[in-house]
Order: sequence, then structure tokens, then C-alpha cells
Amino acid sequence: MSQSPRDHYVSSEPFDPHSIEQLTPEQEKIFLASQWQLMWWKLKRHKLALVSGFILLCMYVSILFVEIIAPYNLHTGNDDATYAPPQGVHLFHEGDFIGPFVYRREATLNMETFTREYTDDLESPQKIRFFCRADEYKFWGLIEADFHLFCPPENGNLYLLGTDRLGRDMFSRMMYGARISLTIGLIGIAISFAFGIIIGGLAGYYGGWVDFIVQRSIEIIRSFPELPLWMALSAILPVNWSPILIFFGITVILAMLDWTGLARAVRSKLLALREEDYCTAAELMGAKPKRIIGRHLLPGFSSHLIASASLSVPNMILGETALSFLGLGLRPPVTSWGVLLNEAQNINVVALYPWLIIPVFNVVIVILAFNFFGDGLRDAADPYK
Amino acid sequence: MLIYILRRILTMIPTLLIISMLVFVIIQLPPGDYLESYIAELQSQGESVNEEKIQYLRKEYGLDKSMPEQYWTWMTGMLQGDFGYSFEYDLPVNEVVGDRLILTVLISIVTILFTWLIAFPIGIYSATHQYSWGDYGLSFLGFIGLATPNFLLALVMLYLANVYFGTSIGGLMAPEYIDAPWSWAKVKDILAHLWIPVVVIGTSGTAGMIRRIRANLLDELQKQYVTTGRAKGLPPGKLMRKYPLRIAMNFFVADVGNLLPQVISGAEIVAVVMSLPTTGPMLLDALQSQDMYLAGSFLMFLAVLTVVGVLVSDLALAALDPRVRLQGADR
Repeated sequence: MSQSPRDHYVSSEPFDPHSIEQLTPEQEKIFLASQWQLMWWKLKRHKLALVSGFILLCMYVSILFVEIIAPYNLHTGNDDATYAPPQGVHLFHEGDFIGPFVYRREATLNMETFTREYTDDLESPQKIRFFCRADEYKFWGLIEADFHLFCPPENGNLYLLGTDRLGRDMFSRMMYGARISLTIGLIGIAISFAFGIIIGGLAGYYGGWVDFIVQRSIEIIRSFPELPLWMALSAILPVNWSPILIFFGITVILAMLDWTGLARAVRSKLLALREEDYCTAAELMGAKPKRIIGRHLLPGFSSHLIASASLSVPNMILGETALSFLGLGLRPPVTSWGVLLNEAQNINVVALYPWLIIPVFNVVIVILAFNFFGDGLRDAADPYK
Repeated sequence: MLIYILRRILTMIPTLLIISMLVFVIIQLPPGDYLESYIAELQSQGESVNEEKIQYLRKEYGLDKSMPEQYWTWMTGMLQGDFGYSFEYDLPVNEVVGDRLILTVLISIVTILFTWLIAFPIGIYSATHQYSWGDYGLSFLGFIGLATPNFLLALVMLYLANVYFGTSIGGLMAPEYIDAPWSWAKVKDILAHLWIPVVVIGTSGTAGMIRRIRANLLDELQKQYVTTGRAKGLPPGKLMRKYPLRIAMNFFVADVGNLLPQVISGAEIVAVVMSLPTTGPMLLDALQSQDMYLAGSFLMFLAVLTVVGVLVSDLALAALDPRVRLQGADR
């Protein structure tokens, strides 16, 4: 009877009862990661949200340097180039590579229709200049400079997206418009965030009649069609206000109707969370409501709040665009995309000069990007699920 | 059920009262009263001011009285069908608005029907074929629809129609019918013109609704009773029809509360772009010229339209869903 050696043995090492619970390095990384780190990992998997976030980041960075990126000033008009169609940028002239250039424009006045007609002179390419000096501007309204990323050629024009009725470059105006349109969304959301958290917080924490009044007023505000109310409110802004005051007035008006959704979210979360033990504990230790709401309850769902805020930014941008489009919103010289579109209100203008509606595409891209990004954030907001 | 209806209608009254106060405050906010700006306007045009008429209007609308009294006059007047006086048109508001209110109601209702017709089947398809190519394609279209503001869509449509058909698609009826009395031919003509604004206004609402139906139905499809039904061998079609669809129907009717304010908002601005003879362009004019009684009655009308629409949808929901009916007591 031959016995083969057994393949199991008794280890001589001391027994460690926790050996089975030991985490592998990867597990440890996940279990010890902070909430925000988990959110970032989850967001990273949402490719569309990442791309959208990147687009938004680029846009918001670019509005910091509008003066440099735009080849023209906001108000530089050219009487000889009213309603000029967009110019194509070419690289090759008669088979030779000579870098980005445009063809020289010839303008003639059509005496029958009294419109200008533009033809490209295919013989004379004009090179676009880079890192150059052109229109003077005040950077952020403070520093005088004339440096641009790229400028129109010497003795020529560069209208990438055509010009409007005063011969102002649409591309430059759109860049400047982005500054207003994009910031109005952020400022508006900041205001409505404050409204929403304070009002929703009070309603959710105190309950009872405070809650009842807040709930009823939210219902009433929501039962009113938004746009007509916005229109009415912005129509009563005094005519003699300066454009900057109007800008803030419009922002506040937009925010005044927008906080309801956020307040509801805050309220329902607070109602649920204030029953938690840690909240009772804080209360027993004598914490004031302000501290309990701000220190203990709000952080519990701040990620949700950020996600829902990013989903309501597009609403603000749209509201501003709609109001300015109708002529009730911002007033020149403050220029937003809506103000630019205001010129394209008339069907005849749209038919003759279709490039005037190009800001539409900017609006759509920004709104799509915010929607996708907000969706991704919302999914990532609860990383423990 | 009767109690529920009564309760629901009774809660509507304070809502409308508060809305009417808000509207009144809004139309009172511009400095000066309407007659002052009216007189100033007449004088700036070099026209003589008819003192008698001014005195009459001032008395009629109680502009010399205190705010609460003026509100009372305005509100009781509205209840009796007197909406005030339009200074811009120099006519009572009732005579100015005319068919516009009817057309606004018509457009809103048709848009909601359109939204339902499109959103329901697509939502069901997307939910039952989750993560299929069809679902992805429709979701993508939906996102685009959601992100394109409807007045911009209207602009693009106007441009495309001009390029490809060479016609203007603005307006709601052929020119010969504009001042014609109502007749079958006019109704038919309006219906033929109606679809473009309806599509334009309805797009974003439809896209939103598809997404909500899809999400709702997906939740429902994961529930145990569906698994049970499937395990018992119910054919898929019958299973869908008998259970999840019925639940989704409730949501579908209740969603009008979300949809209606959106549709009415959209209808106003699209009407301006496409120059439809609805309340939109006139409201804009009235606001710009501070013709406040006219603007106020439009605002009031739109609010009433929304509130009544939501009421109808709530009542329909109660009729459809016994849970709502029975829980109505503690709502």
C-alpha cells in the first residue's frame, strides 16, 4: 500500500482571521475613494457627457479671450460690405499651397433691387494674417490693445460668416454674443440656485404651514406658461435703464421663474433626510436649523443639486434668446445670440441673407451639450448605486 | 368621484384668484397709468385730446380710485366678460381679440393631440426595443428636437420652405379668408395651414414626452407582475396591452400638466415668427406699447387656459385611475 504524498498541508504561519477580508489594491482604491472621485470615474465612462463637457469647457474658456479671438471689434461696421455673404477660406491657389487665404471681394450695387452683390475675384488671393494687429479693443473693458489671433488681410476683409445690415462681421459678433449668452445662464442659475435652496430648504425643514405656502406658490408659478410671463415682466423694465442694468434685470426675471424645480428637489430630499438619526443627533446637541441644513443635510445631495442645475442652464439660455429675439430682452450695445437673431426675425431677411440665422446652431449646440453633460452628471451623482 | 371633482374645482379658484392678482400687479407696475401715456401719445402725434372721452374712461375703469378698488373693478369686469379697454386699438378688448383666442385654443389642442399621436407609439417602441438601433436613432432625434428651440425651428422651416417651395408658410389661412366670416371652407383652409405650426410647436414637447414615456414604461416593464405574466405564458402583445400600457396611460394623461404650459409658451413665440393670427403677436405688441389692459387680459386668458387644461387632465386621470379617485380625499 503505497501512499502518495498529500497535496495539502497545515501552514505553520499564525492564523489571521482577517485574511479573507483583505482587499486587493484595486478594491482598496474603490472602497477608499471619496464620493467625488467615484463620481468622476462614473462620469468618465459616459463618453457623450465627457465630450459635451469638453465642448462646454472650450466655449467657456473662449469667452474669456473673445477680444483676441474675434478678428473684428463688436461694433466695427463696413458701409461697403453690408449683408456680405460668408467668405470661404482656401488653402490652394491654382494648385499651389499658399496657406489660408480668401479671395478679394468685389461689391457692385444692383440698381434694380438696390442690394449689393458680391463676387469673388479669383485672381487675387489675400492671405489671412495670424498673431497680428488690427481693430483696437479694450480687453475686458480695461486694457487697451489691438492684438488678435488672426486678422483680415491687408486692404481686405475677412467675413467668415458674412456681415449684417451695418456690415459688421457676424463671426466676431457671435463670439462677443457667446460671452453674454453663456454668462447669463451661469449668473441666472446662481440666483435661482440661491432661491431654490433657501425656499426649498425652509419648506422641507420646517414642514407645516411654511411648506404649504411654498408648495402652493410653486404650483401657481408652474401653472403659468413661462414665456408670456417672462415677456410681461421684461416689458415692464423701464426704458431708461442702462443696457447693463437691463442685463441684470433680465437675469433676475429668468431666475425668478426657474427656482421652482430646484426648490421642489431640495424640499423632497430634506423631508426624507431630516428623519435620519444623524439629523436628530445634531438637533439634540443643540445645532441651529441653519447649521443642520447647511452642514449636515445639503452636502448629502449637493451632487444631485449640481446635476439638476446643469440641466436647467439651457432653459435660462433659451429664455434669454427667446426674449432678445422678440426684442423684449437685452438691448444693444449688449449683444447676445438672441440679439443677433433679432435681425433675422423677418422671413424676407432670412430668405435673402440666410447666414444671419447661424447663431441658431450655436444655441442648439450649447443646449445639447448642457443636456448631455447634465444627464451624465445626474447618472454619476449617485455613485454608490 | 363627484366629491373629487368638486374639491378639484374648488382648489382651482384660489389659484386663479392669485394669478389674477399677479397679472394685475404686473400690468400696474409700469409708471403712470394708461390714460396718461395714452394722452401723451395723442399729444405727441399732434392730435387733440378728447377730454370727455378721457373723463369717461377714467371713471369707467376707476383709475382715480385706490389699487384694491381698481383690482376689484378689473376682476369683476372680467367675470362679466368685460376685459377692459385697449388704448392701442381704441376699442374694448373683447372686440380686439376676437377670433384670436379661439385660434390659440385650437392650436394648443391640436398640438397636444399631435404630441400624443406621435409620442405614444414611439415611446412604446423605444421602451420595448431598449438599446436597439431604432431606440438609439429615435432617442437621438428626440434630443435634437428637445434642444432646438421652437422659434428657431420655425425660422429654419421658413427658410427651407422658401428655398424649396418658394412659398411663404407663414399665416394660418389663405388671404381671402382672413376677414371672411366663419364657414366650412375657412375651417378647412385653416386645418390645411395648421400642420406646420403644430409640428413646429409640438416638436420639443413630443421629444420630451417620448423620453418620459420611455422611462416610465421601462420602470413598469421591470416589475414583478410583468415577469409573472410572462412566466404564465401570456403572449407579449396581450401582456403589454393588459398591464404596463394601462399604467403608462395614466402617466400619459397626467403629463398634460407638464405639456400644456410648454405648448402655450411655444405657441406664443412661434406665432410671432410665423405671423399666425393668434394671441402671440398681439400680446407682444401690447407689451411693447404698454397697452396693459390688452396684455393683462391675454396673460389672464393664457393662465386660465393652462389651469383649465390641467384640470381637465386631472379629471380624466381620476376617471381613468381609481387610485387617484379614492386618494383624492387626502390630496
